Amino acid sequence: MAVIETPRDPEWIMALRHLWADATPVQRFALILGLVLVLLAVATPLLAPFDPNGQSLLSRLRPPLGFERSKAEYLLGTDELGRDLLSRCLYGLRLTLTLAALGSVIGLCIGGTLGVLAGVAGGRTETAIMAAVDTQIAVPFTLIALFLLTILGNSIEVMVFVLSLDGWEKYARILRGETRRLMQMPFIEAARAAGATPLRIARHHLLPNLASPIVVQFTLSFSSIILLESTLSFLGLGVQPPTATLGAMVGAGRDYMPTQPWIVLAPAVLILIVTFAVQTLGDWLRDRADVRLRPR
Amino acid sequence: MLRYTAMTLLRMVVTFFVIVTLVFFATRLSGNPIDFVIGQGITEEDRVLLTRYYGLDGSVWTQYLSYLRAFTDGQFGLSFLERRPVAEIVAERIWPSAQLLLTSIALTMVVSIPAGILAAIYRKGWVGSAVMTVAFLGYAVPNFVLATFMVLIFSYVLNWLPVVGNGTARHFVMPTLALSAGLIAALTRFTRNAMLDVLEQDYMRTARAKGLPERLVILKHGLRNASITVLSVLGLQVAALAAAGSVVVESIFAWPGIGDMLVRAALTRDYPVLQFGVLTVAIAVITINTAVDLAYAWADPRLRQTGRT
Repeated sequence: MAVIETPRDPEWIMALRHLWADATPVQRFALILGLVLVLLAVATPLLAPFDPNGQSLLSRLRPPLGFERSKAEYLLGTDELGRDLLSRCLYGLRLTLTLAALGSVIGLCIGGTLGVLAGVAGGRTETAIMAAVDTQIAVPFTLIALFLLTILGNSIEVMVFVLSLDGWEKYARILRGETRRLMQMPFIEAARAAGATPLRIARHHLLPNLASPIVVQFTLSFSSIILLESTLSFLGLGVQPPTATLGAMVGAGRDYMPTQPWIVLAPAVLILIVTFAVQTLGDWLRDRADVRLRPR
Repeated sequence: MLRYTAMTLLRMVVTFFVIVTLVFFATRLSGNPIDFVIGQGITEEDRVLLTRYYGLDGSVWTQYLSYLRAFTDGQFGLSFLERRPVAEIVAERIWPSAQLLLTSIALTMVVSIPAGILAAIYRKGWVGSAVMTVAFLGYAVPNFVLATFMVLIFSYVLNWLPVVGNGTARHFVMPTLALSAGLIAALTRFTRNAMLDVLEQDYMRTARAKGLPERLVILKHGLRNASITVLSVLGLQVAALAAAGSVVVESIFAWPGIGDMLVRAALTRDYPVLQFGVLTVAIAVITINTAVDLAYAWADPRLRQTGRT
């Protein structure tokens, strides 16, 4: 007689299912929107009909489909150099999301390590790390970014570095607090009494408990990094032309706004969609994690 | 209180010093700025001359000392582009920035505080959700996108408002709105949360029980207690948000303020201007934050004993 085992879903799938169950329609919509955007960004090379930097001066400044003078192959029209706006928007979205993801992951690695270190080590290490955190919090980050981009020049590597600096201090502050709180819990003391090494305590006892604040902070910092990247690129200080990011496209298209508004509108609307999805998801996760806000 | 004040001021001075030092070393570690600005086609002789003219010769430490000396004698160097003292350039731009900031903060307070109170009182009704939705949009829409849309609609389509400059009252409309949107969103949320905290307190029930009209209960007992939190947030968050926001908004509307100057200096690599501008804004923000911190501690004695949380 065969024993039939009912397959049990892994814990994280259960958690996701639970999350989905008590989401509002807007939050569900934002989640689907976010997934679609990520898919678009991943599949950009397959989807984009043209080379994003390919110029075709004969068909410059064509309006989107449906307007007078539009050309069937340019769905969203073309810009001042005859580049296809749809392709540029897709590549721009791809680069914007990639930069934000890289920046958030590096920021998490730096800030997370320093925060946990400060929480575990205490003493002078903690004082030094927290002094660095306080200094960075004291200065608006846009200023730091402007300054660094000027002295280091504008390359993609510098951009990733600058973006990763925005947010490390938040991870450090939050994880230090959480670590300190956890270190005083009886189960950590029990593990230590049982002879667990500090590394084992960190891996098996601290990290699982830090996962939730990390996820929440990651979503929040991802959205603030997208904003920062588009703002810097918009001002002409981020990724340099001809490479397309959404912010840079809005910035560069401003000169044509009175007569060819679609050059600005296409990327601007896409930025709105991206920030809406990301911010809604960030708010949702934070509200769920923040016990103080939950009953409201 | 004296001890708390002394510690706060000490922390402020240390932060100043760290930032001033970091700014110096970051600039110098990237090489001789003359090379970026002048580029090729310059004789070695001229290069040395220019380097000396801008005080970039000598070891890093002598440069550092002469840089620190600027804080006592006020000689912060010359702009690479305009060839005049950076302090003069920054000074010219403070008043336009302050004007824009003050109108924006005024608008923010007029809109956010009533909106936040309404959202707290009617948090379960449609008023509450409407206010919170608008506040969410205000902070999810990047200010440069908002500004771009406003320019498109009000300047190019409707022809109502001018795009650049700060000549007349009409020039203030779009920059003020673009700068306020984020601030309004932030302050509305904080006002609402502060009011919600207060509304749950026992003294609110007492005030109602003794028969005070609801309007008085909310304004006198509720708002007065919430206002300390609200004002401190206004000081702390708004200083940072406004500094970041004015960089973008001033640059878009060519508003002749510090933010516009910083972006221009960054684009043209005018190091002395950028360096002095960044320091000015950073020091202004830190000073405001410290002042708010002290005012808060002075208004709320509980904070002095426990220190900052």
